[in-house]
Amino acid sequence: MPASPAASAPLAPIFRQAVLRAMPFTVMIGPFGALFGVLATAQGMSLFETMAFSVVVIAGASQFAALQMMQEGAPVALIILTATAVNLRMAMYSVALTPHLGQARLWQRAVIAYFLVDQSFVLGASEYARRSTWGLPEKLAWYAGVVTPVCGLWYLATWVGARFGQAVPPDWPLDFIVPVSFLAMIAPILLTRAQMLAAAVSVGGTLVLWWMPHSSGLLVAAAAAMLAGAACETWEERRHAG
Amino acid sequence: MPVETIADKWQLWAVILGLGATTFLLRFSFLGLIGNRILPGFLLKMLRYTPMAMIPGLVAPGVVWPAATGGEPDPARLIAAMVTIAVGIWFRSTLAAVGAGVAALMLGLWGLG
Repeated sequence: MPASPAASAPLAPIFRQAVLRAMPFTVMIGPFGALFGVLATAQGMSLFETMAFSVVVIAGASQFAALQMMQEGAPVALIILTATAVNLRMAMYSVALTPHLGQARLWQRAVIAYFLVDQSFVLGASEYARRSTWGLPEKLAWYAGVVTPVCGLWYLATWVGARFGQAVPPDWPLDFIVPVSFLAMIAPILLTRAQMLAAAVSVGGTLVLWWMPHSSGLLVAAAAAMLAGAACETWEERRHAG
Repeated sequence: MPVETIADKWQLWAVILGLGATTFLLRFSFLGLIGNRILPGFLLKMLRYTPMAMIPGLVAPGVVWPAATGGEPDPARLIAAMVTIAVGIWFRSTLAAVGAGVAALMLGLWGLG
């Protein structure tokens, strides 16, 4: 048990340290959040609906995916399914943090889960691995310090985009800012052959299956891409081992 | 514009609440419910590939057949996409890739359009 004595490391400095460490990770959140606000209101959503979207879902890539499919007039169930598939990686984040935070109370774990985004996973998993002396209170303080600027800025940026989106000149090619942003998110993390293969299968599969109704071919292509990536990784491991 | 009628509003709230619920369940799954039970290694590996499996496919049709040009391939958008990918892979920076991609798009639309 994390029987951390009352006189363990003070928590406020850990919280402040986490806020500082999260800062470089907030650079993209402002523009993405604002862009979501702009596009959602341009699509006819009210300020309240746009804010509800960012507060309830709090997962940028899936929000853009849902927005795009709503514009294409896809059925609700398929929109939810596809946007959920964008978030499947979060189950993996949940697995990774369980050894560190699984001892927290149920309500605390629910709060942790709500704030489990790319940044809180990356900064949580890496720091917990280095700090073997930290008990649960220190880990929770670090987590709170990471998510405060990251998620706070996400709400704020959505609001700014939704509130002032009308000021964007109508001839700006906003339709293509989302694809550029998505590609910019993925390209820097294509490091291994398996990751490149997964991306290639995803693109090729979706284009070949584009005849399927309401972009449902994307889900088929994505499943094939995940299989291809995992299989390629396994194959390369075996080759290096043998 | 899509989300303007009452029926559209119902659909919008169904998407917000439905996607919110499924996403929370994914985040809560192991932390909250399943605990430290071991997940098959291959399944975990697959989950790690979801970003590269979903997002390129999500973007590809819009790059090749953009709605803004009525589905006609558009050189400015194709070039912008390629510049974004190249800069992202080369500099390993999302910010640099967005900047280069947007600049290429603006230049392309202005120069080719």
